[in-house]
Amino acid sequence: MARSQDRRPGFSRRAQYGIFTGYVIAVAGFLAGVGLLIVSIVNPSAFSSVRGAASEIARPAGEAGAETRAAGQSVVAAIGAYFQAGRQNAALSREVAAARANALTMQALEGENRRLKALLGILDPQVKPVAAARLIGSTAASARRYAVLSAGSSQGVRAGQPVRSAAGLIGRVVETGPGTARVLLVTDPENVVPVRRARDGLPAFVEGKSDGRIAIRLLNMGVNPLKRGDVFVTSGSGGLYPPGIPVAVVTEVLHDGGVGHLASDPADADFVVVLPVFQPAAVTALGESQRAAGPAPEPSGN
Amino acid sequence: MPFPRLPELPSLPMRPEDIVPQRINRAPSPLLASGLPWLSVMLASLAAFSPVIASAPVVPPLAFMVFLAWRMLRPSLLPLWAGLPLGAFDDLFSGQPFGSGIVLWSAAMLVMDTVDNRLLWRSFAQDWAVASLLMSAYLVLSAGIAGLAAAYPLPLVIGPQLLVTLALYPLLTRLVALLDRIRLLPLRSV
Repeated sequence: MARSQDRRPGFSRRAQYGIFTGYVIAVAGFLAGVGLLIVSIVNPSAFSSVRGAASEIARPAGEAGAETRAAGQSVVAAIGAYFQAGRQNAALSREVAAARANALTMQALEGENRRLKALLGILDPQVKPVAAARLIGSTAASARRYAVLSAGSSQGVRAGQPVRSAAGLIGRVVETGPGTARVLLVTDPENVVPVRRARDGLPAFVEGKSDGRIAIRLLNMGVNPLKRGDVFVTSGSGGLYPPGIPVAVVTEVLHDGGVGHLASDPADADFVVVLPVFQPAAVTALGESQRAAGPAPEPSGN
Repeated sequence: MPFPRLPELPSLPMRPEDIVPQRINRAPSPLLASGLPWLSVMLASLAAFSPVIASAPVVPPLAFMVFLAWRMLRPSLLPLWAGLPLGAFDDLFSGQPFGSGIVLWSAAMLVMDTVDNRLLWRSFAQDWAVASLLMSAYLVLSAGIAGLAAAYPLPLVIGPQLLVTLALYPLLTRLVALLDRIRLLPLRSV
């Protein structure tokens, strides 16, 4: 098939000028895009208000999608449960028996814990969630990992607050609009979370790998003590994330750390909870000291 | 049961043209005829608000693919500068740093213009090859720009996404061809 001939303007001056103007605007658009790109790389929050407005407009579509997702999952789960009912029943009975024994032990431990804490005079900080909302969208085509939350500054959501689901940590809020907020997921490489091993408190931090998995890096070098199946929870260092939220399960042990899967896959989370910043004073102090110290030196020999 | 021969198969019940029974004294609606390409690309940009909350880049860049398919099907329908507004709209939802869509979409339009001037003949395989090159470059550069913004090199994670994108493109051109038939339905009476 030959290409169409409609790009040949003939002798019409108007058509010729139209084509020329098209080229000028296209090249100007390209250059304007380069300028905007430099601005947004230097200052990532430069266009957050525009993005917030756009998310507000698309919010109904996202909420409808989130409801469809939940309904679809429950249909699949219901059909699956029907086929596995017998086996599941036997397994659950065994589990209940084991859990009952565990619960009694836990009650005893809890009572003992309360008494000991009362002796020491420690007060548990009462963490009241800021908002409960749905994840209504994500950047599924881009290499950056953001999700959009269906609650915003009118519900009290602020940038910096951690977001979790029932199963574990999801990420933290980076931008807010009136009714939506943008969440940086744990799997984004920019998101670094201080964690400790749930079993013995081995300190580490996790960093997103942008492919759905996360890298676990140990603070103490030497013999790598990680094992497959180790669970890491937030440690509370840095003051942003409250301690004790599950983050990752180790699936692969490397010579200087490990690779883990998320404790809570954002695709499975029906509702998520926005928590207040754990220690606001510590976060502010850290930010100020970082500003005073200037940029960190590049790590060498990695 | 013998396999049905072609004439025995029932024809498809509904073609877009069957929606409008009367064709005499009618013309396409100008709003639909020129607005549907823009609308379809913008809706594809909103695919970020799909039910899937992805933890890895797996979904193909649908908006860019629809944009490219319109450009290949009707070379003069979208103006040369269409990458500026449509790329900016896509940037609002894609999670890329603002401006990356504007740059890459505008560049794609200019490259397509050069390709049209160089290669005088069109064919399915050639269109697919050109689109594959453009989409691969788009994905690699997008990942590069995102890595620049995150201060972390990312390009290795886009392999599966790239394969899905290349395989899906012919299907998407069929969809755009269907939209093109809807676009030219004679809805307005003259």
